Amino acid sequence: MRIVVCVKQVPDTETRIKIAPSGDAIVDGDVSWIVSPFDEFAIEEALRLREAKGGDVILVTVGPDRAQTALRNGLAMGADSAIHVKDAALDAADPAATAVALAAAIRTAWPVDLILAGQQGVGGDHSQVPGLLAEALDLPQVTVAVKIEVGDGRATVEREVEGGREVWETSLPAVVSAQKGLNVPRYASLKGIMAAKKKTIRTLDAAALGLDPASLAPKTRTVALELPPGRPPVKLIDGEPAAAAAELVRLLHEEAKVI
Amino acid sequence: MSETILTFAEQRDGKLRRPSLEAVSEARRLADAQGGRVVAALIGSGVEGLVEELASFGADRVLVYDEPGFAAYATEAYARALAHAVVETKPAVVLLAFTAIGKDLAPRLAARVGAGLVSDCVGLSMKEGRLEARRPMYAGKAFALVRWTGDPQMATLRANVFSLGQPDPSRKAEVVKASVATDARARGTEVRAAKGGAVELTEAQIVVSGGRGLKGPEHFHLVGELAEALGGAVGASRAVVDDGWVDHQLQVGQTGKTVSPNLYVACGISGAIQHLAGMSSSRVIVAINKDADAPIFKVANYGIVGDVFEVLPKLTAAVKEHVGSKG
Repeated sequence: MRIVVCVKQVPDTETRIKIAPSGDAIVDGDVSWIVSPFDEFAIEEALRLREAKGGDVILVTVGPDRAQTALRNGLAMGADSAIHVKDAALDAADPAATAVALAAAIRTAWPVDLILAGQQGVGGDHSQVPGLLAEALDLPQVTVAVKIEVGDGRATVEREVEGGREVWETSLPAVVSAQKGLNVPRYASLKGIMAAKKKTIRTLDAAALGLDPASLAPKTRTVALELPPGRPPVKLIDGEPAAAAAELVRLLHEEAKVI
Repeated sequence: MSETILTFAEQRDGKLRRPSLEAVSEARRLADAQGGRVVAALIGSGVEGLVEELASFGADRVLVYDEPGFAAYATEAYARALAHAVVETKPAVVLLAFTAIGKDLAPRLAARVGAGLVSDCVGLSMKEGRLEARRPMYAGKAFALVRWTGDPQMATLRANVFSLGQPDPSRKAEVVKASVATDARARGTEVRAAKGGAVELTEAQIVVSGGRGLKGPEHFHLVGELAEALGGAVGASRAVVDDGWVDHQLQVGQTGKTVSPNLYVACGISGAIQHLAGMSSSRVIVAINKDADAPIFKVANYGIVGDVFEVLPKLTAAVKEHVGSKG
Protein backbone atom coordinates (compact mmCIF):
# COMPACT_ATOMS: atom_id res chain seq x y z
CA MET A 1 0.00 0.00 0.00
CA ARG A 2 1.05 3.58 -0.56
CA ILE A 3 0.87 5.88 2.44
CA VAL A 4 1.41 9.62 2.34
CA VAL A 5 2.31 11.37 5.61
CA CYS A 6 1.87 15.15 5.93
CA VAL A 7 4.64 16.67 8.01
CA LYS A 8 5.05 20.12 9.50
CA GLN A 9 8.22 21.66 10.86
CA VAL A 10 7.51 23.57 14.08
CA PRO A 11 9.43 25.28 16.91
CA ASP A 12 10.59 22.89 19.63
CA THR A 13 8.01 22.71 22.45
CA GLU A 14 10.64 23.99 24.92
CA THR A 15 10.99 27.21 22.91
CA ARG A 16 10.44 30.50 24.70
CA ILE A 17 8.31 32.59 22.39
CA LYS A 18 9.44 36.14 21.59
CA ILE A 19 7.43 38.49 19.39
CA ALA A 20 9.24 40.03 16.40
CA PRO A 21 9.34 43.86 16.07
CA SER A 22 6.83 43.58 13.20
CA GLY A 23 4.34 42.48 15.86
CA ASP A 24 2.73 39.73 13.80
CA ALA A 25 5.33 36.94 13.93
CA ILE A 26 7.69 35.27 16.38
CA VAL A 27 11.45 35.79 16.47
CA ASP A 28 12.60 32.64 14.70
CA GLY A 29 16.36 33.24 14.63
CA ASP A 30 17.20 31.17 17.72
CA VAL A 31 14.32 28.70 17.46
CA SER A 32 15.28 25.05 17.12
CA TRP A 33 12.96 23.38 14.63
CA ILE A 34 11.51 19.91 14.99
CA VAL A 35 9.01 17.66 13.26
CA SER A 36 5.65 18.36 14.95
CA PRO A 37 5.35 15.61 17.60
CA PHE A 38 1.91 14.53 16.34
CA ASP A 39 3.37 14.08 12.85
CA GLU A 40 5.99 11.73 14.31
CA PHE A 41 3.14 9.47 15.46
CA ALA A 42 1.81 9.59 11.88
CA ILE A 43 5.21 8.71 10.39
CA GLU A 44 5.69 5.85 12.86
CA GLU A 45 2.26 4.42 12.06
CA ALA A 46 2.96 4.60 8.33
CA LEU A 47 6.25 2.74 8.77
CA ARG A 48 4.58 0.03 10.85
CA LEU A 49 1.84 -0.43 8.24
CA ARG A 50 4.45 -0.64 5.46
CA GLU A 51 6.42 -3.20 7.47
CA ALA A 52 3.25 -5.28 7.86
CA LYS A 53 1.79 -4.88 4.39
CA GLY A 54 4.54 -3.71 2.04
CA GLY A 55 4.36 -0.63 -0.15
CA ASP A 56 5.92 2.76 0.29
CA VAL A 57 5.75 5.82 2.55
CA ILE A 58 5.95 9.28 1.01
CA LEU A 59 6.35 12.40 3.15
CA VAL A 60 4.97 15.75 2.05
CA THR A 61 5.49 19.15 3.59
CA VAL A 62 4.79 22.80 2.82
CA GLY A 63 7.44 25.21 4.05
CA PRO A 64 10.58 27.24 3.42
CA ASP A 65 14.07 25.80 2.76
CA ARG A 66 14.57 24.79 6.40
CA ALA A 67 11.57 22.41 6.15
CA GLN A 68 13.88 20.04 4.22
CA THR A 69 15.42 19.12 7.57
CA ALA A 70 12.05 17.85 8.80
CA LEU A 71 11.76 15.71 5.68
CA ARG A 72 15.30 14.34 6.19
CA ASN A 73 14.35 13.46 9.78
CA GLY A 74 11.34 11.49 8.55
CA LEU A 75 13.38 9.83 5.80
CA ALA A 76 15.94 8.85 8.46
CA MET A 77 13.14 7.21 10.46
CA GLY A 78 12.51 5.09 7.35
CA ALA A 79 10.17 6.86 4.90
CA ASP A 80 10.98 6.15 1.24
CA SER A 81 10.75 9.53 -0.45
CA ALA A 82 9.46 13.06 0.08
CA ILE A 83 7.81 16.00 -1.62
CA HIS A 84 8.66 19.55 -0.54
CA VAL A 85 6.21 22.24 -1.63
CA LYS A 86 8.03 25.56 -1.54
CA ASP A 87 6.70 28.80 -2.98
CA ALA A 88 6.85 32.44 -1.93
CA ALA A 89 3.07 32.50 -2.42
CA LEU A 90 2.87 30.19 0.61
CA ASP A 91 4.91 32.38 2.98
CA ALA A 92 1.74 33.69 4.65
CA ALA A 93 -0.13 30.41 4.18
CA ASP A 94 -3.04 29.78 6.52
CA PRO A 95 -4.37 26.24 7.03
CA ALA A 96 -6.66 26.66 3.99
CA ALA A 97 -3.78 27.49 1.64
CA THR A 98 -1.60 24.78 3.17
CA ALA A 99 -4.30 22.18 2.56
CA VAL A 100 -4.72 23.25 -1.08
CA ALA A 101 -0.97 22.89 -1.65
CA LEU A 102 -0.79 19.53 0.16
CA ALA A 103 -3.75 18.19 -1.82
CA ALA A 104 -2.09 19.12 -5.11
CA ALA A 105 1.19 17.52 -4.03
CA ILE A 106 -0.56 14.34 -2.91
CA ARG A 107 -2.32 14.07 -6.28
CA THR A 108 1.10 13.81 -7.94
CA ALA A 109 1.70 10.64 -5.90
CA TRP A 110 -1.66 9.05 -6.73
CA PRO A 111 -2.87 6.27 -6.34
CA VAL A 112 -2.61 6.56 -2.57
CA ASP A 113 -4.28 4.20 -0.06
CA LEU A 114 -3.95 6.18 3.13
CA ILE A 115 -3.04 9.73 4.11
CA LEU A 116 -1.81 10.31 7.65
CA ALA A 117 -1.10 13.58 9.46
CA GLY A 118 -0.71 14.77 13.04
CA GLN A 119 -4.01 15.80 14.61
CA GLN A 120 -2.56 19.27 15.13
CA GLY A 121 0.62 21.08 14.23
CA VAL A 122 2.25 22.03 17.51
CA GLY A 123 2.54 25.82 17.70
CA GLY A 124 -0.15 26.92 15.26
CA ASP A 125 -2.50 24.55 17.09
CA HIS A 126 -5.20 24.92 14.44
CA SER A 127 -6.18 21.23 14.09
CA GLN A 128 -7.52 22.05 10.64
CA VAL A 129 -5.37 20.56 7.89
CA PRO A 130 -6.56 16.93 8.07
CA GLY A 131 -10.23 17.90 7.63
CA LEU A 132 -9.49 20.56 5.01
CA LEU A 133 -7.36 18.08 3.11
CA ALA A 134 -9.97 15.31 3.23
CA GLU A 135 -12.56 17.65 1.77
CA ALA A 136 -10.14 18.94 -0.90
CA LEU A 137 -9.40 15.37 -1.98
CA ASP A 138 -13.02 14.24 -1.52
CA LEU A 139 -11.98 11.50 0.90
CA PRO A 140 -13.47 10.32 4.19
CA GLN A 141 -11.67 11.45 7.36
CA VAL A 142 -11.16 10.02 10.82
CA THR A 143 -9.41 12.38 13.24
CA VAL A 144 -7.53 11.99 16.57
CA ALA A 145 -6.76 8.31 15.99
CA VAL A 146 -5.18 6.28 18.79
CA LYS A 147 -5.38 2.93 16.97
CA ILE A 148 -5.49 2.07 13.27
CA GLU A 149 -6.16 -1.35 11.73
CA VAL A 150 -6.05 -1.60 7.96
CA GLY A 151 -8.05 -4.28 6.15
CA ASP A 152 -8.96 -4.82 2.52
CA GLY A 153 -9.98 -1.38 1.23
CA ARG A 154 -11.16 -0.46 4.74
CA ALA A 155 -9.74 0.69 8.04
CA THR A 156 -10.95 0.48 11.62
CA VAL A 157 -9.87 3.44 13.70
CA GLU A 158 -10.19 4.14 17.41
CA ARG A 159 -10.46 7.85 18.06
CA GLU A 160 -10.49 10.02 21.13
CA VAL A 161 -13.61 11.92 22.14
CA GLU A 162 -14.70 13.61 25.36
CA GLY A 163 -15.09 11.02 28.05
CA GLY A 164 -13.83 8.03 26.08
CA ARG A 165 -13.12 6.50 22.72
CA GLU A 166 -15.10 5.68 19.61
CA VAL A 167 -14.45 3.02 17.00
CA TRP A 168 -14.94 4.24 13.43
CA GLU A 169 -15.02 2.32 10.16
CA THR A 170 -13.90 3.99 6.97
CA SER A 171 -13.38 3.08 3.35
CA LEU A 172 -9.91 3.67 1.91
CA PRO A 173 -8.34 5.85 0.73
CA ALA A 174 -8.99 8.12 3.69
CA VAL A 175 -7.32 10.86 5.72
CA VAL A 176 -6.56 9.80 9.29
CA SER A 177 -5.04 12.17 11.88
CA ALA A 178 -2.76 10.86 14.61
CA GLN A 179 -3.12 11.56 18.33
CA LYS A 180 -0.66 10.91 21.12
CA GLY A 181 -1.15 7.31 22.25
CA LEU A 182 -1.19 5.88 18.71
CA ASN A 183 2.35 4.52 19.08
CA VAL A 184 5.82 5.40 20.34
CA PRO A 185 7.87 6.81 17.47
CA ARG A 186 11.23 5.18 16.77
CA TYR A 187 14.49 7.12 16.81
CA ALA A 188 16.37 7.34 13.55
CA SER A 189 19.33 4.92 13.50
CA LEU A 190 22.75 5.97 12.25
CA LYS A 191 22.17 3.70 9.25
CA GLY A 192 18.82 5.40 8.69
CA ILE A 193 20.40 8.85 8.84
CA MET A 194 23.04 7.81 6.28
CA ALA A 195 20.41 6.23 4.01
CA ALA A 196 18.20 9.35 4.22
CA LYS A 197 20.90 11.41 2.53
CA LYS A 198 20.50 9.36 -0.63
CA LYS A 199 16.69 9.42 -0.70
CA THR A 200 14.83 11.65 -3.14
CA ILE A 201 13.13 14.88 -2.11
CA ARG A 202 11.14 16.39 -4.98
CA THR A 203 10.80 20.16 -4.59
CA LEU A 204 7.74 21.60 -6.31
CA ASP A 205 6.40 25.14 -6.54
CA ALA A 206 2.83 26.26 -7.19
CA ALA A 207 3.35 26.36 -10.96
CA ALA A 208 4.75 22.82 -11.00
CA LEU A 209 1.64 21.69 -9.12
CA GLY A 210 -0.58 23.50 -11.61
CA LEU A 211 -1.92 25.76 -8.87
CA ASP A 212 -3.36 29.17 -9.63
CA PRO A 213 -1.78 31.60 -7.09
CA ALA A 214 -5.29 32.85 -6.26
CA SER A 215 -6.12 29.40 -4.86
CA LEU A 216 -3.31 29.89 -2.32
CA ALA A 217 -4.53 33.25 -1.03
CA PRO A 218 -4.98 32.96 2.74
CA LYS A 219 -8.53 33.26 4.06
CA THR A 220 -7.35 34.41 7.46
CA ARG A 221 -4.42 36.59 8.51
CA THR A 222 -2.74 37.32 11.80
CA VAL A 223 -2.83 41.06 12.43
CA ALA A 224 -0.92 40.97 15.73
CA LEU A 225 0.72 38.61 18.18
CA GLU A 226 0.95 39.31 21.87
CA LEU A 227 2.40 37.61 24.90
CA PRO A 228 -0.04 36.28 27.50
CA PRO A 229 -1.12 38.73 30.21
CA GLY A 230 1.03 38.54 33.33
CA ARG A 231 -0.28 36.77 36.41
CA PRO A 232 -0.51 38.33 39.87
CA PRO A 233 2.22 37.38 42.38
CA VAL A 234 1.65 34.17 44.29
CA LYS A 235 0.21 34.27 47.78
CA LEU A 236 2.12 31.65 49.77
CA ILE A 237 0.26 29.98 52.61
CA ASP A 238 2.46 28.98 55.55
CA GLY A 239 1.83 26.76 58.51
CA GLU A 240 1.29 23.10 59.30
CA PRO A 241 -0.30 21.08 56.46
CA ALA A 242 -3.73 20.91 58.13
CA ALA A 243 -3.82 24.63 58.93
CA ALA A 244 -2.46 25.60 55.49
CA ALA A 245 -5.06 23.37 53.79
CA ALA A 246 -7.89 24.94 55.81
CA GLU A 247 -6.63 28.44 55.02
CA LEU A 248 -6.38 27.60 51.30
CA VAL A 249 -9.97 26.34 51.24
CA ARG A 250 -11.10 29.53 52.99
CA LEU A 251 -9.27 31.72 50.44
CA LEU A 252 -10.61 29.73 47.47
CA HIS A 253 -14.12 30.16 48.81
CA GLU A 254 -14.11 33.70 50.21
CA GLU A 255 -11.48 35.52 48.15
CA ALA A 256 -11.20 33.70 44.80
CA LYS A 257 -14.83 32.46 44.92
CA VAL A 258 -14.07 29.34 42.90
CA ILE A 259 -15.38 26.72 45.32
CA MET B 1 -25.40 44.76 10.19
CA SER B 2 -28.64 42.97 9.67
CA GLU B 3 -26.60 39.87 9.09
CA THR B 4 -26.95 36.29 10.13
CA ILE B 5 -24.78 34.51 12.66
CA LEU B 6 -25.10 30.77 12.22
CA THR B 7 -24.22 28.45 15.09
CA PHE B 8 -24.00 24.69 15.26
CA ALA B 9 -26.17 23.38 18.11
CA GLU B 10 -24.19 20.35 19.20
CA GLN B 11 -26.14 17.72 21.05
CA ARG B 12 -25.20 14.34 22.31
CA ASP B 13 -27.72 11.76 23.51
CA GLY B 14 -30.48 14.33 23.11
CA LYS B 15 -28.82 16.96 25.32
CA LEU B 16 -27.39 20.24 24.11
CA ARG B 17 -23.75 20.47 25.05
CA ARG B 18 -22.73 23.39 27.21
CA PRO B 19 -19.90 24.60 24.90
CA SER B 20 -22.36 24.95 22.02
CA LEU B 21 -24.76 26.90 24.26
CA GLU B 22 -21.79 29.17 25.03
CA ALA B 23 -21.44 29.64 21.25
CA VAL B 24 -25.16 30.49 20.91
CA SER B 25 -24.78 32.95 23.81
CA GLU B 26 -21.79 34.61 22.11
CA ALA B 27 -23.70 34.74 18.81
CA ARG B 28 -26.56 36.49 20.65
CA ARG B 29 -24.17 39.07 22.15
CA LEU B 30 -22.61 39.80 18.74
CA ALA B 31 -26.04 40.01 17.10
CA ASP B 32 -27.38 42.36 19.79
CA ALA B 33 -24.37 44.64 19.42
CA GLN B 34 -24.68 44.78 15.63
CA GLY B 35 -28.38 44.24 15.02
CA GLY B 36 -28.25 40.79 13.45
CA ARG B 37 -30.12 37.54 13.85
CA VAL B 38 -28.99 34.22 15.30
CA VAL B 39 -29.72 30.99 13.47
CA ALA B 40 -28.92 27.64 15.09
CA ALA B 41 -28.52 24.47 13.04
CA LEU B 42 -29.72 21.50 15.07
CA ILE B 43 -28.72 18.09 13.71
CA GLY B 44 -29.72 14.72 15.18
CA SER B 45 -32.50 12.20 15.50
CA GLY B 46 -35.56 13.05 17.60
CA VAL B 47 -34.02 16.35 18.68
CA GLU B 48 -36.80 18.81 17.93
CA GLY B 49 -37.54 19.14 21.64
CA LEU B 50 -34.27 21.06 22.02
CA VAL B 51 -35.56 24.03 20.00
CA GLU B 52 -37.00 25.78 23.06
CA GLU B 53 -33.73 25.67 24.92
CA LEU B 54 -31.91 27.11 21.90
CA ALA B 55 -34.52 29.86 21.69
CA SER B 56 -34.12 30.64 25.38
CA PHE B 57 -30.38 31.21 24.86
CA GLY B 58 -31.04 33.54 21.94
CA ALA B 59 -31.62 31.66 18.67
CA ASP B 60 -34.10 33.58 16.47
CA ARG B 61 -34.46 30.70 14.07
CA VAL B 62 -33.61 27.01 14.33
CA LEU B 63 -32.90 24.90 11.27
CA VAL B 64 -33.74 21.33 12.23
CA TYR B 65 -32.11 18.40 10.43
CA ASP B 66 -33.86 15.49 12.10
CA GLU B 67 -33.21 12.07 10.56
CA PRO B 68 -32.46 8.61 11.95
CA GLY B 69 -29.19 8.77 9.96
CA PHE B 70 -28.10 11.74 12.09
CA ALA B 71 -28.46 9.83 15.39
CA ALA B 72 -24.69 9.42 15.69
CA TYR B 73 -22.19 12.05 14.59
CA ALA B 74 -20.59 11.38 11.20
CA THR B 75 -18.34 14.04 9.67
CA GLU B 76 -19.54 14.00 6.08
CA ALA B 77 -23.25 13.78 6.95
CA TYR B 78 -23.13 16.62 9.48
CA ALA B 79 -20.92 18.73 7.17
CA ARG B 80 -23.53 18.29 4.42
CA ALA B 81 -26.30 19.54 6.70
CA LEU B 82 -24.28 22.52 7.92
CA ALA B 83 -23.16 23.40 4.39
CA HIS B 84 -26.86 23.38 3.47
CA ALA B 85 -27.54 25.74 6.37
CA VAL B 86 -24.75 28.05 5.16
CA VAL B 87 -26.21 28.14 1.66
CA GLU B 88 -29.73 28.74 3.04
CA THR B 89 -28.85 31.52 5.47
CA LYS B 90 -25.76 33.15 3.87
CA PRO B 91 -24.24 33.95 7.26
CA ALA B 92 -21.56 36.57 7.86
CA VAL B 93 -20.33 34.55 10.83
CA VAL B 94 -20.42 30.82 11.63
CA LEU B 95 -19.64 29.69 15.19
CA LEU B 96 -18.98 26.18 16.48
CA ALA B 97 -17.62 25.00 19.82
CA PHE B 98 -14.04 23.66 19.82
CA THR B 99 -15.18 20.27 21.10
CA ALA B 100 -14.24 16.84 19.74
CA ILE B 101 -17.07 17.18 17.21
CA GLY B 102 -16.47 20.85 16.45
CA LYS B 103 -12.78 20.22 15.92
CA ASP B 104 -13.54 17.42 13.46
CA LEU B 105 -16.43 19.11 11.68
CA ALA B 106 -15.40 22.76 11.27
CA PRO B 107 -12.46 22.25 8.85
CA ARG B 108 -14.54 19.95 6.65
CA LEU B 109 -17.31 22.55 6.54
CA ALA B 110 -14.89 25.43 5.97
CA ALA B 111 -13.35 23.70 2.96
CA ARG B 112 -16.78 22.82 1.60
CA VAL B 113 -18.18 26.35 1.73
CA GLY B 114 -14.86 28.13 1.08
CA ALA B 115 -14.78 29.88 4.45
CA GLY B 116 -11.75 30.95 6.44
CA LEU B 117 -11.63 29.21 9.81
CA VAL B 118 -10.04 30.43 13.04
CA SER B 119 -9.72 27.65 15.63
CA ASP B 120 -9.94 27.66 19.40
CA CYS B 121 -10.88 31.32 19.83
CA VAL B 122 -10.89 32.83 23.32
CA GLY B 123 -12.22 36.25 22.29
CA LEU B 124 -14.30 37.77 19.48
CA SER B 125 -14.82 41.45 18.82
CA MET B 126 -16.21 43.61 16.04
CA LYS B 127 -13.79 45.99 14.32
CA GLU B 128 -15.29 48.20 11.60
CA GLY B 129 -18.10 45.74 11.04
CA ARG B 130 -15.71 42.80 10.72
CA LEU B 131 -14.92 40.14 13.25
CA GLU B 132 -11.55 39.95 14.97
CA ALA B 133 -10.63 36.80 16.88
CA ARG B 134 -8.16 36.30 19.67
CA ARG B 135 -6.67 32.82 19.92
CA PRO B 136 -3.80 31.16 21.74
CA MET B 137 -0.81 29.84 19.79
CA TYR B 138 2.06 27.70 21.05
CA ALA B 139 -0.51 26.33 23.52
CA GLY B 140 -0.89 29.75 25.11
CA LYS B 141 2.70 31.03 25.09
CA ALA B 142 1.37 33.73 22.73
CA PHE B 143 -1.97 35.06 21.54
CA ALA B 144 -2.79 35.98 17.94
CA LEU B 145 -5.33 38.53 16.75
CA VAL B 146 -6.75 37.18 13.51
CA ARG B 147 -9.07 38.56 10.83
CA TRP B 148 -10.78 37.03 7.86
CA THR B 149 -10.27 38.13 4.26
CA GLY B 150 -13.80 37.10 3.16
CA ASP B 151 -17.14 35.65 4.25
CA PRO B 152 -18.35 33.66 5.99
CA GLN B 153 -16.09 34.27 8.97
CA MET B 154 -15.98 30.88 10.65
CA ALA B 155 -14.64 30.29 14.17
CA THR B 156 -14.50 27.55 16.75
CA LEU B 157 -14.75 28.71 20.37
CA ARG B 158 -12.88 27.26 23.33
CA ALA B 159 -15.08 25.76 26.04
CA ASN B 160 -15.42 27.59 29.40
CA VAL B 161 -14.25 30.94 28.02
CA PHE B 162 -17.38 32.55 26.53
CA SER B 163 -19.95 33.04 29.25
CA LEU B 164 -23.28 31.31 29.11
CA GLY B 165 -26.14 33.77 28.60
CA GLN B 166 -29.07 33.99 30.99
CA PRO B 167 -31.76 31.78 29.40
CA ASP B 168 -35.07 33.55 28.82
CA PRO B 169 -37.88 30.97 28.54
CA SER B 170 -40.21 33.55 27.00
CA ARG B 171 -38.04 33.81 23.87
CA LYS B 172 -39.40 31.96 20.86
CA ALA B 173 -37.65 30.82 17.69
CA GLU B 174 -38.95 30.20 14.21
CA VAL B 175 -38.48 26.51 13.36
CA VAL B 176 -37.55 25.47 9.84
CA LYS B 177 -37.24 21.80 8.99
CA ALA B 178 -34.71 20.84 6.38
CA SER B 179 -33.47 17.59 4.94
CA VAL B 180 -30.23 16.38 3.38
CA ALA B 181 -28.74 12.94 2.71
CA THR B 182 -27.15 11.29 5.74
CA ASP B 183 -24.68 8.90 4.12
CA ALA B 184 -21.00 9.01 5.11
CA ARG B 185 -18.00 6.91 4.15
CA ALA B 186 -16.57 7.02 7.67
CA ARG B 187 -18.72 6.51 10.76
CA GLY B 188 -18.63 5.37 14.34
CA THR B 189 -19.66 1.81 15.11
CA GLU B 190 -18.96 1.66 18.84
CA VAL B 191 -18.51 3.98 21.81
CA ARG B 192 -16.18 3.06 24.65
CA ALA B 193 -16.84 5.35 27.58
CA ALA B 194 -14.03 6.17 29.95
CA LYS B 195 -14.08 4.58 33.38
CA GLY B 196 -16.40 6.15 35.90
CA GLY B 197 -17.94 8.73 33.54
CA ALA B 198 -15.00 11.04 34.16
CA VAL B 199 -15.43 14.80 33.73
CA GLU B 200 -13.89 15.93 30.42
CA LEU B 201 -10.65 17.76 31.08
CA THR B 202 -11.08 20.59 28.56
CA GLU B 203 -14.60 21.39 29.74
CA ALA B 204 -14.14 20.94 33.49
CA GLN B 205 -14.57 23.98 35.76
CA ILE B 206 -11.99 22.52 38.16
CA VAL B 207 -8.89 20.51 37.25
CA VAL B 208 -6.52 18.82 39.68
CA SER B 209 -3.24 17.66 38.10
CA GLY B 210 -0.41 15.54 39.41
CA GLY B 211 3.25 15.31 38.45
CA ARG B 212 6.54 13.65 39.34
CA GLY B 213 6.32 14.93 42.91
CA LEU B 214 3.92 12.06 43.57
CA LYS B 215 6.87 9.71 43.10
CA GLY B 216 4.92 6.84 41.53
CA PRO B 217 1.60 5.78 39.97
CA GLU B 218 0.56 4.11 43.22
CA HIS B 219 0.21 7.55 44.80
CA PHE B 220 -1.79 9.16 42.02
CA HIS B 221 -5.03 8.36 43.86
CA LEU B 222 -4.24 11.36 46.10
CA VAL B 223 -4.86 13.59 43.08
CA GLY B 224 -8.02 11.69 42.14
CA GLU B 225 -9.42 12.01 45.67
CA LEU B 226 -8.93 15.79 45.73
CA ALA B 227 -10.47 16.08 42.25
CA GLU B 228 -13.46 14.04 43.38
CA ALA B 229 -13.94 16.14 46.52
CA LEU B 230 -13.86 19.29 44.36
CA GLY B 231 -16.07 17.78 41.64
CA GLY B 232 -13.32 18.32 39.07
CA ALA B 233 -11.35 16.44 36.44
CA VAL B 234 -7.95 14.80 36.83
CA GLY B 235 -4.97 15.97 34.78
CA ALA B 236 -1.29 15.10 34.65
CA SER B 237 2.09 16.43 33.55
CA ARG B 238 3.81 15.07 30.44
CA ALA B 239 6.53 13.47 32.56
CA VAL B 240 4.14 11.10 34.33
CA VAL B 241 2.18 10.35 31.14
CA ASP B 242 5.40 9.46 29.32
CA ASP B 243 6.36 7.25 32.26
CA GLY B 244 3.06 5.44 31.88
CA TRP B 245 1.52 6.34 35.25
CA VAL B 246 -1.73 7.53 33.67
CA ASP B 247 -3.40 7.59 30.24
CA HIS B 248 -2.18 10.23 27.79
CA GLN B 249 -5.74 11.60 27.62
CA LEU B 250 -5.04 13.22 30.98
CA GLN B 251 -1.97 15.13 29.81
CA VAL B 252 -2.11 18.90 30.21
CA GLY B 253 0.42 20.87 28.17
CA GLN B 254 1.65 21.61 24.71
CA THR B 255 1.42 18.05 23.37
CA GLY B 256 -1.63 17.32 25.49
CA LYS B 257 -4.73 19.30 26.39
CA THR B 258 -4.89 23.03 26.90
CA VAL B 259 -7.27 23.87 29.72
CA SER B 260 -8.76 27.09 31.10
CA PRO B 261 -10.79 26.07 34.16
CA ASN B 262 -11.92 28.35 36.98
CA LEU B 263 -9.57 26.51 39.31
CA TYR B 264 -6.41 24.57 38.46
CA VAL B 265 -4.59 22.73 41.24
CA ALA B 266 -1.05 21.59 40.38
CA CYS B 267 0.22 18.91 42.76
CA GLY B 268 3.89 17.99 42.67
CA ILE B 269 4.31 19.66 39.28
CA SER B 270 7.42 21.80 38.88
CA GLY B 271 6.02 23.66 35.88
CA ALA B 272 8.02 22.87 32.72
CA ILE B 273 7.39 25.51 30.06
CA GLN B 274 5.35 23.12 27.94
CA HIS B 275 3.09 22.34 30.93
CA LEU B 276 2.65 26.00 31.86
CA ALA B 277 1.62 26.66 28.26
CA GLY B 278 -1.32 24.29 28.65
CA MET B 279 -2.79 25.69 31.88
CA SER B 280 -1.61 29.25 32.57
CA SER B 281 -4.84 30.77 31.24
CA SER B 282 -6.75 29.13 34.10
CA ARG B 283 -8.57 31.71 36.21
CA VAL B 284 -7.17 30.67 39.59
CA ILE B 285 -4.10 28.47 39.95
CA VAL B 286 -3.02 26.68 43.12
CA ALA B 287 0.43 25.10 43.35
CA ILE B 288 1.54 22.56 45.91
CA ASN B 289 5.22 21.71 45.62
CA LYS B 290 8.20 21.01 47.86
CA ASP B 291 10.52 23.30 45.91
CA ALA B 292 9.79 26.98 46.62
CA ASP B 293 11.76 27.93 43.49
CA ALA B 294 9.67 25.75 41.14
CA PRO B 295 8.43 27.73 38.09
CA ILE B 296 4.84 26.69 38.84
CA PHE B 297 4.76 29.28 41.67
CA LYS B 298 5.38 32.04 39.08
CA VAL B 299 1.94 31.45 37.54
CA ALA B 300 0.10 30.40 40.72
CA ASN B 301 -2.31 32.65 42.64
CA TYR B 302 -1.97 30.56 45.81
CA GLY B 303 0.85 28.29 46.82
CA ILE B 304 1.72 25.88 49.55
CA VAL B 305 5.41 25.00 49.78
CA GLY B 306 5.22 21.52 51.18
CA ASP B 307 5.18 17.79 50.70
CA VAL B 308 2.23 16.64 48.55
CA PHE B 309 2.00 13.48 50.67
CA GLU B 310 1.27 15.58 53.75
CA VAL B 311 -0.71 18.41 52.16
CA LEU B 312 -3.02 16.57 49.75
CA PRO B 313 -4.85 14.37 52.30
CA LYS B 314 -5.37 17.41 54.55
CA LEU B 315 -6.58 19.49 51.63
CA THR B 316 -9.01 16.78 50.51
CA ALA B 317 -10.35 16.57 54.06
CA ALA B 318 -10.69 20.37 54.28
CA VAL B 319 -12.54 20.48 50.95
CA LYS B 320 -14.91 17.71 52.07
CA GLU B 321 -15.59 19.59 55.28
CA HIS B 322 -16.26 22.78 53.30
CA VAL B 323 -18.60 21.00 50.89
CA GLY B 324 -20.35 19.34 53.83
CA SER B 325 -20.83 22.68 55.61
CA LYS B 326 -22.49 24.11 52.50
CA GLY B 327 -24.99 21.24 52.73
